[in-house]
Amino acid sequence: MSREVSPPLDRRGFLKLSALAGGGLMLAHYLRAAGSARDEIAKPTQERERGGFTPSVFLSIAPDGEVTIFSARPEVGQGIRTSLPMVVAEELGADWRRVKVVPAPLNPAYGQQVAGGSTSTPNSYLPMRRVGAAARTMLIGAAAGGWGVPPGECRAEGGFVHHGASGRSADFGSLAAAAAQLPVPDEKGLVLKDPADFKLLGTRVGGVDNPAIVTGKPLFGIDLVLPEMLYAVYERCPVWGGRVRKANLEHVKSLPGVREAFVVNEASAKVTGLVPGVAIVARSTWEAIRARKQLQVSWEEEPFAESSWEKFAAEAKALFDRGPMEEIRRDGDLDRAFSGAAKVVQADYAHAFISHANLEPQNCTARVQGDRAEFWAPTQNPADGQAAVAAYLGIPPAQLTVHITRIGGGFGRRLHSDFMLEAAAIARRVAAPVKLTWTREDDLRHDHFRPGGFHRLRGAVDAAGRLSAWSGQQAYFDQGLGADTFPGRFVPAYLLRTAKLDNGIPMGPWRAPGSCTHAFVAGSFLDELAHAAGRDPVAFALELFDSRAVVPGTGPKGVPYDAPRMRGVIALAAEKSGWGRPLPRGRGMGLGFYFCHQGYVAEVAEVTVSRGGDLAVERVVAAVDVGSQIVNLSGAEAQVQGAVIDGLSAAWRQELDIQRGRVPQSNFHEYALLRLPAAPKAIDIHFLKTDHPPTGLGEPALPPLAPAVANAVFAATGIRIRQLPFSRTSLAWL
Amino acid sequence: MSTHTLNVNGKTLSVEAAPDTPLLWVLRDQLGLVGTKFGCGIGQCGACTVHLDGTPARSCVTRVSATAQRKITTIEGLSADGSHPLQEAWCELDVPQCGYCQAGQIMTAAALLSRKPRPSDGDIDEAMSGILCRCGTYLRIRSGIHRASEKAARTKGPT
Ligand code: FES
Ligand code: FES
Repeated sequence: MSREVSPPLDRRGFLKLSALAGGGLMLAHYLRAAGSARDEIAKPTQERERGGFTPSVFLSIAPDGEVTIFSARPEVGQGIRTSLPMVVAEELGADWRRVKVVPAPLNPAYGQQVAGGSTSTPNSYLPMRRVGAAARTMLIGAAAGGWGVPPGECRAEGGFVHHGASGRSADFGSLAAAAAQLPVPDEKGLVLKDPADFKLLGTRVGGVDNPAIVTGKPLFGIDLVLPEMLYAVYERCPVWGGRVRKANLEHVKSLPGVREAFVVNEASAKVTGLVPGVAIVARSTWEAIRARKQLQVSWEEEPFAESSWEKFAAEAKALFDRGPMEEIRRDGDLDRAFSGAAKVVQADYAHAFISHANLEPQNCTARVQGDRAEFWAPTQNPADGQAAVAAYLGIPPAQLTVHITRIGGGFGRRLHSDFMLEAAAIARRVAAPVKLTWTREDDLRHDHFRPGGFHRLRGAVDAAGRLSAWSGQQAYFDQGLGADTFPGRFVPAYLLRTAKLDNGIPMGPWRAPGSCTHAFVAGSFLDELAHAAGRDPVAFALELFDSRAVVPGTGPKGVPYDAPRMRGVIALAAEKSGWGRPLPRGRGMGLGFYFCHQGYVAEVAEVTVSRGGDLAVERVVAAVDVGSQIVNLSGAEAQVQGAVIDGLSAAWRQELDIQRGRVPQSNFHEYALLRLPAAPKAIDIHFLKTDHPPTGLGEPALPPLAPAVANAVFAATGIRIRQLPFSRTSLAWL
Repeated sequence: MSTHTLNVNGKTLSVEAAPDTPLLWVLRDQLGLVGTKFGCGIGQCGACTVHLDGTPARSCVTRVSATAQRKITTIEGLSADGSHPLQEAWCELDVPQCGYCQAGQIMTAAALLSRKPRPSDGDIDEAMSGILCRCGTYLRIRSGIHRASEKAARTKGPT
């Protein structure tokens, strides 16, 4: 039934049209990718006709008018399952109430199926629009042909094609069969809607899974139930990099409900892969958890058994005092700038390790049968999991099916595939499907942490009160700063040096990696310099971007920094927050701003601090520039609200200590996430629309929050916070 | 191992489980009621909140043996068809992000509304402070409770 009609839609893809049995239409956008995706596309026709279509964007219109859109990217709460289908539906002119969103399995033909780096929107926006526009053009063509009128006189809206002059209209379902016989429109002839005519994009649309969520339907990885399934827990060495010496397996196996207990002493090369441990497989999760309480393991804990936060801090200080450090960037004449300065400020900053603390603990269900395997995983990075597990099991990736489930919080943790490897290591030894569930204790202690870090900063302002020099040193565990890290490129005399601390700690990306902590360090120190200069922090910050246009990035991977866009959001946040309003002692406003993941965000926090030091965040005003078009206003606002609250939660009390090579904290009673009463009373969000392609919003609104609040605390109390979390610093003032 | 007769969402069921088994795992692993979530296992996050005789309880720290004579309500049994005012308000205001905490939020809020049909922000703070949302949907949760309260008042008509 399918016809290959494929004028190039863009460099990377082509469209393919099929007529569906019974009078429907199906349109697919295939990636013209190299390697495996190509092979996938070249699959035999019968595969496709069985419904085995593997397009990157797929839309079908049934004879009854129902529009089905495949959603290929993992849903972690960023709303992608709603927002990207909205883009297709908008161009199509569909009635959103008649759109069904269907999750796509992992398949290379869908292109990148990753939820990370705020990349989904920028990468998918145009291809999605083109597919919608192509289908709309064909539906209009079919209607116009039937009525004998020029297509240009027709328009598609609300699931119908209308002909204004004659007042005729026809619904999509009735046109699908005829439309499927038309050629796919050529890219050159494809007219995208004028954004001024958008009906759906930019409005508030509820998440497509909301009805299932509020009624408790099984959606998440942890909810999966298979017939005959067994339940597993996995005890890892409390010290990273450790191995099992011996364990009381026979005793554990004798406990109620336990089916298997065994040692896994394999380890991936990376500390963020499979780690050695002891698996307990039982008839129920509880029986596995309960048996684990009687598990006794003796571990080989070398080589990181003696590491501690204090030792790392001492090493960092020694590096700052004596080096060696690597020079990352140098501009201008620092000696001259410092010797000629009106004011010089020096300060040390630090930020603790924290956990992702996804509310859904890591989990994975696996069935391994000979050279075939099937996995159900809440993963942000299913292709990575598939490759890692297939390599581990020694089977071809194509024989490993990965089902992507809804995810109870990503934040970067689930870009790593360790929990899938663990499930593989367990399931290969059990003749039944197995669901591995991490306990909260496992999750906190074996997170791939947001790295801690240490900074020493020296800065200067000149006689005119302008920022004239900045010299930064960073001792890092992971995610060292780069040549373009702010305020690099914006200070006439600038030096950045870094050194890595030797450690065996598993770490990974955490919402706006690097930026999430560095925004605090740089944004707070900038505020210190503004106050040292006796300047208003907003004016001081705006001045950095004055008379600058787009500042190019450094090196081939450098990212340009659009100074006017940053200026725009800072000015907007200041205006909307009533910046400069006189406030009594104990109340203050602070500015934070940062550019990352292509988004420009400034936030003004307004706080009160009681004399006893109790902090309350009254209001946060966020000004956000993520380009010309907000896709789903509800989802976009939710991302900003979430980033503000998450940013506050992380900055205020979250902290994992490191003692004897392990994390002493175990569960939420020792690791305080923000609770409802402590959330800001109001979060005001202003989108500044600029003439740039729309970009993602999962991350960029988070980094500015911590400096905004810390700077507001200073304005309120005169107390300068130089460490994360804030709770390390007493805020009592008299 | 012993047999427990439970009343779950209006149905009487019998399950085999050791008496110390938390109700959470009986619901999830034995009865297939997976809407009630596991988040911490120690009563700290509230993801596992159900009603026992209409009062919110942490199912992860409630032994199944302690629930025998009581009416257990889970998110699956809050309404027949998702029409509880909170469920409707949650959809209207697009409260969920990842959604994982929301069963616990809704069950806790439902108990609050039945106790206090027009709660103040202070009442909400107090009732909801035990339920973590890692995604930070707190402001919409607060609005959602107010919205549901208004809806319920409207359907009941002026008193
Ligand atoms: S799982 Fe019960 S309170 Fe967290
Ligand atoms: S919506 Fe994700 S934890 Fe609340």
